[in-house]
Amino acid sequence: MTGGGNRDTTKLLMERSVPGRVGAVLPQPDVPAQPLPDPSLLRTALDLPEVSEPEIVQYFTALSQRNFSIDTHFYPLGSCTMKYNPKINDEVSFLPGLAGIHPLQPPESAQGALELLYRLQGFLAEITGLPGVGLSTLAGAHGELAGMLMMRAYHLARGDTNRRQVLIPDSAHGTNPASAAMAGFDVVTVASDDQGNVDLKALHELVGPNLAGVMITLPSTLGLFDTGIVEVCQTVHQAGGLVYGDGANMNALLGRVKLGPLGFDVVHLNLHKTFSTPHGGGGPGAGPVCVTDSLIPHLPAPVVTQSSGDGAPVYGLAAPERTIGKLSGFHGNFGVLVRAFTYILTLGGEGLRAISGNAVLNANYLMDALKDTYYLPYDRRCMHEAVFSADWQKARGASGLEIVKRLLDYGFHAPTLYFPLIVHEALMIEPTESETRETLDAFIQALRDIDREVTENPELVRGAPHTTPVSRLDEATAARQPDLRWRAAG
Amino acid sequence: MSPDDRKYSKEHEWVKMEDATQALAGITVYAQDQLGDIVYVDLPKTGATIRFMEKMGEVESVKAVSDLFSPITGEVTEVNERLLDHPELVNEDPLGEGWMMRVTVSDAAELDQLMSAEEYEAFLSGLS
Amino acid sequence: MTVSNRAADSSSSAPFQFPYIPNTPDEQAAMLATLGVASIDELFQDIPEEFRNPPLDLPQPMSELEVQKELDGLASRNRALASGPSFLGAGCYNHFIPAIVKALMTRGEFLTAYTPYQAEASQGTLQVIYEFQTLISHLYGMEVANAGMYDGATSLAEGVLMACRVTRRSRVAVADTLSPFYRQVIGTYCQAQGIEIQSVSPSPSPALDGETACLVVQYPNFYGYIEDLAGLTEAAHAQGALIVVSADPMAMGMFQPPGHYGADIVTGEGQPLGIPPSYGGPYVGLFSTKQEYIRQMPSRLSGRTLDNQGRTGYVLTLQTREQHIRRERATSNICTNEALYALAATIYLAALGKQGLQSVAELCYQKAHYAAARIAQLPGYTLPIQGTFFQEFVVQCPVPPNSINRRLLEQNILGGLDLNEAYSNVPPSEGGTTGGSPSQPAGDFTNAMLLCVTEMNSRQEIDALVEALSEFSR
Repeated sequence: MTGGGNRDTTKLLMERSVPGRVGAVLPQPDVPAQPLPDPSLLRTALDLPEVSEPEIVQYFTALSQRNFSIDTHFYPLGSCTMKYNPKINDEVSFLPGLAGIHPLQPPESAQGALELLYRLQGFLAEITGLPGVGLSTLAGAHGELAGMLMMRAYHLARGDTNRRQVLIPDSAHGTNPASAAMAGFDVVTVASDDQGNVDLKALHELVGPNLAGVMITLPSTLGLFDTGIVEVCQTVHQAGGLVYGDGANMNALLGRVKLGPLGFDVVHLNLHKTFSTPHGGGGPGAGPVCVTDSLIPHLPAPVVTQSSGDGAPVYGLAAPERTIGKLSGFHGNFGVLVRAFTYILTLGGEGLRAISGNAVLNANYLMDALKDTYYLPYDRRCMHEAVFSADWQKARGASGLEIVKRLLDYGFHAPTLYFPLIVHEALMIEPTESETRETLDAFIQALRDIDREVTENPELVRGAPHTTPVSRLDEATAARQPDLRWRAAG
Repeated sequence: MSPDDRKYSKEHEWVKMEDATQALAGITVYAQDQLGDIVYVDLPKTGATIRFMEKMGEVESVKAVSDLFSPITGEVTEVNERLLDHPELVNEDPLGEGWMMRVTVSDAAELDQLMSAEEYEAFLSGLS
Repeated sequence: MTVSNRAADSSSSAPFQFPYIPNTPDEQAAMLATLGVASIDELFQDIPEEFRNPPLDLPQPMSELEVQKELDGLASRNRALASGPSFLGAGCYNHFIPAIVKALMTRGEFLTAYTPYQAEASQGTLQVIYEFQTLISHLYGMEVANAGMYDGATSLAEGVLMACRVTRRSRVAVADTLSPFYRQVIGTYCQAQGIEIQSVSPSPSPALDGETACLVVQYPNFYGYIEDLAGLTEAAHAQGALIVVSADPMAMGMFQPPGHYGADIVTGEGQPLGIPPSYGGPYVGLFSTKQEYIRQMPSRLSGRTLDNQGRTGYVLTLQTREQHIRRERATSNICTNEALYALAATIYLAALGKQGLQSVAELCYQKAHYAAARIAQLPGYTLPIQGTFFQEFVVQCPVPPNSINRRLLEQNILGGLDLNEAYSNVPPSEGGTTGGSPSQPAGDFTNAMLLCVTEMNSRQEIDALVEALSEFSR
């Protein structure tokens, strides 16, 4: 969808620039002129565009129309929980009393904000069954880093300096080993069994005195609840290690089970997944960490405190006594935390159970309808997402990649592709609870139609997508000769 | 089909003796096919010592990174500079223009541990 | 949805339908029937029974009307910056945000889109990122920039880690004029990497040696003053070390960018570029470097290429640096970043443009210097630091700043940062790395306050501040 004039998205900002054009107009200085610094310090050339406000609006609006999004399309990306992002959450985050406050202003001038954060800590503690909560981590991977640094600090504080190993399942998201490595650990992979659970026999062989802990995703990245999870946690604890939980798939568990009692010691949550905060094209997120009592002293700084003298409670910020330190510039992604808080208030405890119930129902409905058409490597009840393989279609000449690209032509965003790595031609589908049955039925039909096309009209699938603003892009050249910014000609 | 003027490793590298002490090394047709479009090759520096079957570098395609394991022990005397700007040479001509490095070999007897062309072909048919 | 009566004595007996969950009880029953399952509970049988369906002590659900009131109440108990004269900076700045920033970034197609892994479905996001990479490169005078990091502090910490990777050295020299908050974050990121952090004074010349991976400098520094980047870059390069500069993007509207002096890695906080203060986040970290180091850069990159019909398009590229491919060998674990706020910054830079950014920077400079000159004339107040400053400066006060600030707040004026409190609040870092001690302030300041003046402060507001400060004059 290109168009005339400013809608022509082939022209970048610097190419639209006309000297003298003005966007925002600013006031004149209202103070007497002050002496300027040494001219050698001053900038002589500033290459920013000169464009007018109407042009900017037309250009960026045209760009937005080249995106798929939750507001425009069914977006069944497995493990991303692309549920509806409620508008009220955005609205309240824009209130001047929430958007317009400075993180360093005196706590007495921000008691509403601090109370909100304190109550959110309490909500997340209740949901996970883990009493200590830190809200300052800015994304899931950031929470993972905090969790692994806490694991390290815990062992070092006990004088145990040999625990350098972390076990991670072969199905884990890439951020898990990356975060463990940033926390100074050696990563050892533990295999999954043919039911998609952690292979207990392999686990027993791997645990020893050098074990710092394990990182487990529950449900797993296969969308399956590990029926041996209690034994996994016990085995690790008996060996002196800790259990880290990647809470990315929490949408399946809200109100159904608490991770603390199962045996998890530290967990991160993805507020931009489970708790409906908008993905924004890649962020922002928030990755709060929830921990057992013994890890509370190590939480990243700051945490929100409440002291009740006589009268109303007073809220403040404090550094835990043996904190791993500050991981972010200020206190966390407050604007994201506000949205999650508002969401939890809206749904309440009953609503959270309704979320997980419907998320799991919708996923099983899809799984059951599609398993005759697409190979299901783990034919058992799934949780909030189902992992298929495109092996049957591959044998007939079309890969998983081509199938998901063809889905774009049908007006659906693709499911997650080629993840987890342990499933060949993996297609991971997560409908979430916020889609209607009609949408699910249309999606099922589309996947059946595409499967038929693989035989009857293979070119349509192989060359897909055909209806998007661009078709397949030359990624090899993009990597061999990276063009990462506009440059003036000549 | 694999030329018999060189030896092959299980990691799909080849080594070709140019004379008594100098060898040329690279990856095989099978390897580049498995990797897909190669976008970057990370090789040891000239003068570096490389050891038999130890990791010596990496090959990147768009969506994957693979380790390169040295098929020989020795000192790297030359690296194929053209691969920096044209990594696709490894896809187009892995046995010729896509050569990766020239090595002064420490112990030519190591080559006996590698496979002949025939053995490599048999090895390839054994893979699924 | 579960049927639940809101209150035992409520007059309505209609089942409670939750918002954002379309399935009605009938639809649920029909779908369950296709699965041959009697109830939703049955779908959770894999959870061991003793752990299943725990009590969840959370509030009752609320209607949107009630939620709105609740949040209004919480918001009303915070003093917004706009409600009165505000002079607080120290890493988060009160700048004007043109209306089109919010109008465009809240479009659903931007707001609710995912990370652009499927390029054909994400050309809007990818082209915006490319524009962002371009404008940040220009702003900092650098060859290449990435799609953004979490914030300025973590961006700087990742810049330090990158410098250690590039140089293969593990000693880091941090200027003592760096923000203590940023210094803490660097310490946390480095604690498990075997990296030694040393605090150095940038003047007259920083103490570096052949083991130094990088010199870390803030520009303007934490106190608002311009550092000698030419001299510092030379000092770093003379030892084979990199220089990592954390630069305020707003100051780039007025001062030579770090790229002009040959900086190797330039990071920064993008909040001043059209992003509200929002009690500390979300913001966007800026990250730029030289072309030769692109493979060592963390985070995403949008690259321009062609599709199979010759049309220009954009795609995430050099993904082999990232965690989803390299896993434990990735340049960083970063996955979700701050794409929406990179969009906000791009719209802001387009809206201000070349003229506008220069005008805003100049307004900040002029007003800050007016304020500083007037305050310096008050008995008992001095400006202890010599040099060129941008929009922030340090004032030595006749009495402790927190008592001044309390009095200012009574007059609805938000004062500057109490520097003694800022440094004493630094927690000792955990984990046993050397050099983990908190930074000390760079000078022997007593009763020092860090004041910030921006284009948002009118002359009347500045005069009111001076008037209020004069109350403490001795």
